[in-house]
Amino acid sequence: MSSDSSLKWLPSPFLSLLLFVVWLLLNNSLSAGHILLAVVLAIVIPLAISPFRTKQPLIAKPGLAFRHLMLVLYDIITANVQVAFLILGPTKRLTPGFVKVPLDLTHSTPITILASTVSLTPGTVSAEVYPWEESLSEGEAPKQQYLLIHVLNLEDETKLITTIKERYEAPLKEIFQC
Amino acid sequence: MVEWIVSVLLLIGGAFVLVGSIGLVKMPDFFMRLHGPTKATTLGMACLLTASMVFFSHTQAGLSMKEILISLFLLLTAPISAYMMIKSAIHHKVNSIKRTQGIDNIEDDV
Repeated sequence: MSSDSSLKWLPSPFLSLLLFVVWLLLNNSLSAGHILLAVVLAIVIPLAISPFRTKQPLIAKPGLAFRHLMLVLYDIITANVQVAFLILGPTKRLTPGFVKVPLDLTHSTPITILASTVSLTPGTVSAEVYPWEESLSEGEAPKQQYLLIHVLNLEDETKLITTIKERYEAPLKEIFQC
Repeated sequence: MVEWIVSVLLLIGGAFVLVGSIGLVKMPDFFMRLHGPTKATTLGMACLLTASMVFFSHTQAGLSMKEILISLFLLLTAPISAYMMIKSAIHHKVNSIKRTQGIDNIEDDV
């Protein structure tokens, strides 16, 4: 669960790949000069900033990560249609609510990704993670963390929690192996 | 043909952005208002950007791929801005409407 790659000159391969792709997209070209420049940037920038970066968990299963991304994109589209109908329908019938989802994830990066996924999918916006890290004293055993979410139309609390845990949290747990 | 695809995408995108804005006006409290802009607007913008991609790839030489970057950044920033707003709303104890369930789940600030 560390970002240390075996190669010294390539400290974070995913960041390098991202920089390479973003540079080519920004310039909207595939000419040899731009590819060369992108390779140089993709190697130099991660090397230069690696001392400042906090350790991120490495993606252990890229294939599963890609499949999860596709699932989330599909859910975003269906969620949009659902929310559109909820918004256009009668407001009085909506029953909003706050729900606490217990988290199995422990590292902050997967939790951030989970919270963003929850914000983008059906009728839910993530609001807060309990307990705050600052409220824990040094050396204290980590407590069970909760994600507080606001639901636009709360029908079945336990069903919603199991959906979030099985559909979004379990794949993330496997992708990051933590 | 391309014009048809572009027009349909523009119409769908515009409809979603409109629905998001209607939600902003129609919803009774702050927390419910947040749902429209975070979701409907994201998909609406994605449709508009796809339309732009199709149009410029067709009219100009070469593919126009910059729009993928824009949608990527939108997807990254929309949940974060929503999170910042709902966090500050909770901090300021903004009132939610009476029928909101599970209001006790909000813990007090330190």
